[in-house]
Amino acid sequence: MSVTTPSAAAPPSAPVRPWLQLAIIWALLLTVPLWLPLLGGYTAIAARVIIFALAAMSLNLLLGFTGVLSFGHAAYFGLGAYGAGLFLKYVTASTPLAMVAGTLLAGISGTLFGRLLVRRRGVYFAMVTIAFGQVCYYIAYKWNDFTGGYDGLRGFARAPLDFGLFKIDITGSGTLFYYFVIAVFGLAVGLQALILRSPFGRTMLAIRENERRARFLGLPVERHIWLAFSISCFFTGFAGSLYALLNNFADPSTLNYVMSGNLVMITVMGGMRTFWGPLLGAVLFVMLQDYVSSMTTNWMFFVGITFVLVVLVFPRGLMGVLQKRLGA
Amino acid sequence: MSTTTPKLEVTNASKHFGSLVAVSGVSMRVESGELRAIIGPNGAGKTTFFNLITGFFPPTSGDILLDGQNINKVPAAGRVKMGMGRTFQITEIFPELSVRENARIAVETGLGYSLRPWLNATDKKRVADACDEVMTLANLTVKADRLVGELSHGDQRSAEIAMALALKPSLLLLDEPTAGMGDEETYQVTGLIRRLHRDSKYTIVLIEHDMRVVFHLADRISVLAEGKLLAEGTPQEIGANEHVQNAYLGKAE
Repeated sequence: MSVTTPSAAAPPSAPVRPWLQLAIIWALLLTVPLWLPLLGGYTAIAARVIIFALAAMSLNLLLGFTGVLSFGHAAYFGLGAYGAGLFLKYVTASTPLAMVAGTLLAGISGTLFGRLLVRRRGVYFAMVTIAFGQVCYYIAYKWNDFTGGYDGLRGFARAPLDFGLFKIDITGSGTLFYYFVIAVFGLAVGLQALILRSPFGRTMLAIRENERRARFLGLPVERHIWLAFSISCFFTGFAGSLYALLNNFADPSTLNYVMSGNLVMITVMGGMRTFWGPLLGAVLFVMLQDYVSSMTTNWMFFVGITFVLVVLVFPRGLMGVLQKRLGA
Repeated sequence: MSTTTPKLEVTNASKHFGSLVAVSGVSMRVESGELRAIIGPNGAGKTTFFNLITGFFPPTSGDILLDGQNINKVPAAGRVKMGMGRTFQITEIFPELSVRENARIAVETGLGYSLRPWLNATDKKRVADACDEVMTLANLTVKADRLVGELSHGDQRSAEIAMALALKPSLLLLDEPTAGMGDEETYQVTGLIRRLHRDSKYTIVLIEHDMRVVFHLADRISVLAEGKLLAEGTPQEIGANEHVQNAYLGKAE
C-alpha cells in the first residue's frame, strides 16, 4: 500500500453544494420579470437568453460532455425554427404541435446525418458538420416559394395554449410567454440532467475522457457518439422551435454558420465542462449583442474581443471559474 | 502438448506495416490460469503482438484463438465481451473522473447497462457492489472519491487494472504494467498482479521490461526479438538460454 494522505477521502475538485447553485439559478430565472426592468431590460430579451442558453446547453452535451466538436449546430437550431414556422403556417395553429414538428424535423435530420459522420473525428468532424449546416442554409435561402427565401418565413404566429378546460394566452410579448419559455426550458434541461446522470450519460463522459479506454471497455463508441449527437440535435431543434415562436418569424440566418459559431462561443465562454455554463454564456452574449449593437454596428468586434479575453483568462469559462472560486 | 483447450492460442501470426514486418510468424499457447510474460528489446514487436491479440488491428496472416474459437474477425469491442481485458503501456484512464466513476463506467459497460436511461435499485446495488469489489482488489477504496488524474502513477495503474477487472475478464493482458515506476510503486503493482494470479486465478499475459518483475511473477516467458519468437520456457530455462542472453539479457544492462 502506498502512502495515504489524511485528505485522501476528500474530493478536491467536486463542485461545491450543487443544490445551492441550482436554487440560486432557478430563483433568479423565476423572478426575472421582477428585477430585469429595474436594470433597464425587458422580458422578451430574457426569453431570448433562455432560448440561446437551451441551444448552447444542447450543443454542450456534445462539446463539453462527449468531447465531440460540432460546429454546425445552427442547422438543427434553424431546422427547429423552420419546422415550427412551417407547421404553424401551412398545417395548423397549434403551438405545442408546432414545437413537436420543429423538434422532430431537426432531430430526425440530425440522426440521419449523424450516421454519416460518426467515424470522423476532431477537425474533420467539425468540417462536415459545418458543411451540412450550410446545405440547410442555402436550401432555406433559395427556396422562395416555401421558406420565404432571403426574407425569411413570415405569416405565422404562436397560438394560445389550449388545455381544453382553459386557455393560456402566450401571444403577448410579456410575462406569460416568458414563463412558458421557462417552463419548457426547465423540462428540457431537467431531461438533459437525467441523461447525463444515467449510465448512458457516463459513457459520454468516458468517450470525452479517453476514447481508446472506452473502446477497450467494450463500448461501441461510434454508436454512443451517434446517439449523443442525435439527442443533442433533438434538443437544439426544440430550442430552435422556441426561437421561431419568440420572433413569430424564421430567418435563414438561424441556419448560417455564424449562428453555429455563436452557439460555440456561448458554450465556451460560459464553461464547456459545466452544466449551467452555457446559460451564463448566453446572458453575456445576448447582453453584448443587445447593448453594444445599440451603440455600434460593429458589435461582433466587441463580442469577439470578449470571447478571446474570456478564453485566455478563464480557459474553463465563466462558470468553471465561478465554481472553482466558490469551491475554494 | 496438453489435451485441454488453451485459453489463448496464436498460430503463425504476422503483421506487416507496408514493408515493415513488425511481427513475423509468432505462435504461442497460453493455458488457463497461467501467467505468461513477454519480453524482448525495444522494437521487438511486443506491443504490436498485443494489438493483434486484442483486435486493435487485424493480423496480416495467422490465427488467433480464444478458448479454441477463431477470433480473427472479431473487433476489439467484441473480444472484450468474450473476456479479454487489457491495460496499455501509457495508462489509459478517465483522468477527470473519480476512481469510483472510472470503476462504475467499466462495471456498467461490462454488465451491458451502458445504454440504459436509468437503473432500478437492484441493478444499482449490483453496480455499487461490483465497484467496491474491484476497488478493494486494487487497494483503492480509500481513494474512491479522488480524481484518477490526481493520483500517483502506481495508483493510476492500479485503477486501470481495476477497470479491466470490472469487466470480469477471463484473460488479462497487461502492457508494461510497471513502466516508469519507482521501486515502491513497482512493488505495489507487482503485488496486485500476484494476488490476481495466485488468489483470483486470472490468466494473465504481460509485457514487461523489469526483469526482476518478470522472473518473480511469470510461470512461463516468451522472448520476442525483431518480430520473431526467439525462445519460450520457464524463468529458469530462459535465464539459462544463451540466445536470449546474447540478444537481450546480457546487453540490456
